[in-house]
Amino acid sequence: MATRVPAGGKRAARDGKRHETTYPAGLTREQVLELYYWMRLTRTLEERLVALYRQTKVVGGLFRSLGQEADAVGSAFALRPEDVLSPLIRNLGSMLVKGATPVEILRQYMAKGDSPTRGRELNIHFGDTARGYIGQISPLGDMVPVMAGVTLSFKMRGEKRVGLVYVGDGATSTGAFHEGINFAAVQRCPLVIVVENNGYAYSTPTRKQTLAKQFVDKAIGYGIPGEQADGNDVIAAYEVTKRAVDRARAGEGVSLVELMTYRRKGHAEHDNQSYVPAGEIDRWAKQNDPVDRYVARLRGEFAFSDAEISDVDERVRREIDDATDVAEHSAAPEPLDALVGIYASPPAEQPLWFRRGKRTTVDSSERAEGWGTFPASNGAASEGRAAREND
Amino acid sequence: MTEITYLEAIREALFEEMERDDDVFCLGEDIAAYGGAFKVTEGLSQRFGEQRVIDTPISEVGIVGAAAGAAHMGMRPVVEMQFIDFIANAYDMLTNYVATARYRANLPCPMVVRGPSGGYVRGGPFHSQNPEAGFIHTPGLKVVYPSTAEDAKGLLKSAIRDEDCVLFFEHKYLYRRIKGTMPTGDHTVPIGKARLAREGRDLSIITYAAMVWKALEAADQLEKEDGLSVDVVDLRTLSPLDDEAIEATTRKTNRVLVVHEDTRTGGIAGEIVARINESCFAWLDAPVLRVTAHDVPLPYAPQLEDFVLPQTSDIVTAARALAAY
Ligand SMILES: Cc1ncc(C[n+]2csc(CCOP(=O)(O)OP(=O)(O)O)c2C)c(N)n1
Repeated sequence: MATRVPAGGKRAARDGKRHETTYPAGLTREQVLELYYWMRLTRTLEERLVALYRQTKVVGGLFRSLGQEADAVGSAFALRPEDVLSPLIRNLGSMLVKGATPVEILRQYMAKGDSPTRGRELNIHFGDTARGYIGQISPLGDMVPVMAGVTLSFKMRGEKRVGLVYVGDGATSTGAFHEGINFAAVQRCPLVIVVENNGYAYSTPTRKQTLAKQFVDKAIGYGIPGEQADGNDVIAAYEVTKRAVDRARAGEGVSLVELMTYRRKGHAEHDNQSYVPAGEIDRWAKQNDPVDRYVARLRGEFAFSDAEISDVDERVRREIDDATDVAEHSAAPEPLDALVGIYASPPAEQPLWFRRGKRTTVDSSERAEGWGTFPASNGAASEGRAAREND
Repeated sequence: MTEITYLEAIREALFEEMERDDDVFCLGEDIAAYGGAFKVTEGLSQRFGEQRVIDTPISEVGIVGAAAGAAHMGMRPVVEMQFIDFIANAYDMLTNYVATARYRANLPCPMVVRGPSGGYVRGGPFHSQNPEAGFIHTPGLKVVYPSTAEDAKGLLKSAIRDEDCVLFFEHKYLYRRIKGTMPTGDHTVPIGKARLAREGRDLSIITYAAMVWKALEAADQLEKEDGLSVDVVDLRTLSPLDDEAIEATTRKTNRVLVVHEDTRTGGIAGEIVARINESCFAWLDAPVLRVTAHDVPLPYAPQLEDFVLPQTSDIVTAARALAAY
């Protein structure tokens, strides 16, 4: 796991007196503040990505989770280090909780040579089984059956590990979602399926995605328990997921958790959200921002001081500044690296035919040895291999 | 006459066909009010209503299967894949069901599945694919992939009127970069006929889609720098292939280069080379060469994408080798 936020200073309310405060869901004071750290880290990192996008330093699109930080952070926080999750594009927070670092995310978005996928893949499409996350692919729903398999292996080996997979309201319409959840349910895999209901799939409102009144109702059809919670309340998201995780760990199989939230930005930065009714976004921003809501709760109910809160903000800002600095100085990938790593074996040298700048004529000697094969003397491909082994 | 883009040409075809025939309807993700991810269907639902321009759930199998059922009943569905990459999700429905329906069970499937394809846009592995080869291998599907705005419109209209299922690939890199002037009246282009994009004597480049433009660029350079005169054949339809056009250019120049953006192994270039070998061996002065993408999933970083995808300089290099053979 990534470094946790150190415990804050002395517990002090705004009136300066010490209080005996209890925290919900069995959380400690440190954990309560840690939840705030992960949400703030998610938001600040995405704000930084927006700045880099405007400077055209982000390659391709930018997908935000503004207003959804609580559901990703709260749910992922319910897992242990040995558990495995698979996020969606809007679950950046869950990746951070599981140990992905801001510098990795920044490099990935900027398509750097030392990004987790060495420039092959984009945004949060990357994984690390050691840290317990497996990146999604674009085709929606595909990770549900994959996570059924991940958790099936936990069951088969008798490991007390749990899996968690996120799907959007839109992705629930895919065949892969249905097949995966049904498979996992029948096999009683230790899997939690989190439906992140944020109201829209690209431009399509949820009512055009399903006639079901709510996604938890679908659990009945699969014969598994389902529970819904306020996804903009980080502690509620934690609590409801924790119950499902505990069930899974206890051998009780699959559960479905529906977290209610709202996508305040467009599908990606280029989407102007013209399809959203007037006032809707503002209402969520002003009345139901998960970070603002939590800050108010930290100050009031949980009696954290302003200094404790701004310490977290300051630390996050420093971390993101440092990470940006490092990521911006990362080198671009080497073109030839594109050719290695398709198979574990045989590795490396792919057959090449004409490469620009490398060969302008073909003489018969080259043809005789099968011209079109990249000359073995050119070490670039093996350098690519070496770089990978250093990861 | 005003010029319109490749994208607008596709939109015009949809408008005109929906005006012409009440049985034509569109279905896909985010195509109604939003007008589609690339805005190809913009304005369509305002004109024809959300009954004939249907926003569907995210379910490619459902969309394609439903289109087939409607087609059996005499409707003319036009399916949009938000990105053609997701046609893979509907592969079963298209290859097992749709492609075999007429042959097996005398069930007509007059439908179109269209969508943005191709790379050069930093879209990463799942927003850049050219999956035509997999479908060309399946008898019962027609495959069309235009390179010009005129063809995009004319071929889409033909595809909608066709009695069979037509997969209509659109190159997203061309959407807003390529313009053309539409002939007046009911402009259709026949499916199955290639187009001579440039007339030459010394060697032939057989290609399609975005590569046509790179081939033309290469041909210009070869003419200027090497004095070579290059025949460029734009296939337009990939299934069925226009054998006549392939043979004609081969017999004319005796040196052929096949270029496509898709990966090399199992790509359609291999099929074209085989056909030339079978029917034109005696006319060849050199082995038929291919320029294609490398056999790797398409990577995201610009440096990697540019390296993996064929570039104009690759075509020039290969053409020079061919001419010197
Ligand atoms: C199988 C498939 N079809 C279409 C798409 C294109 N697409 C990407 S994201 C998206 C909407 C996703 O909505 P949802 O699952 O609700 O997630 P959200 O974006 O709201 O977080 C669509 C249609 C895709 N990625 N995969």
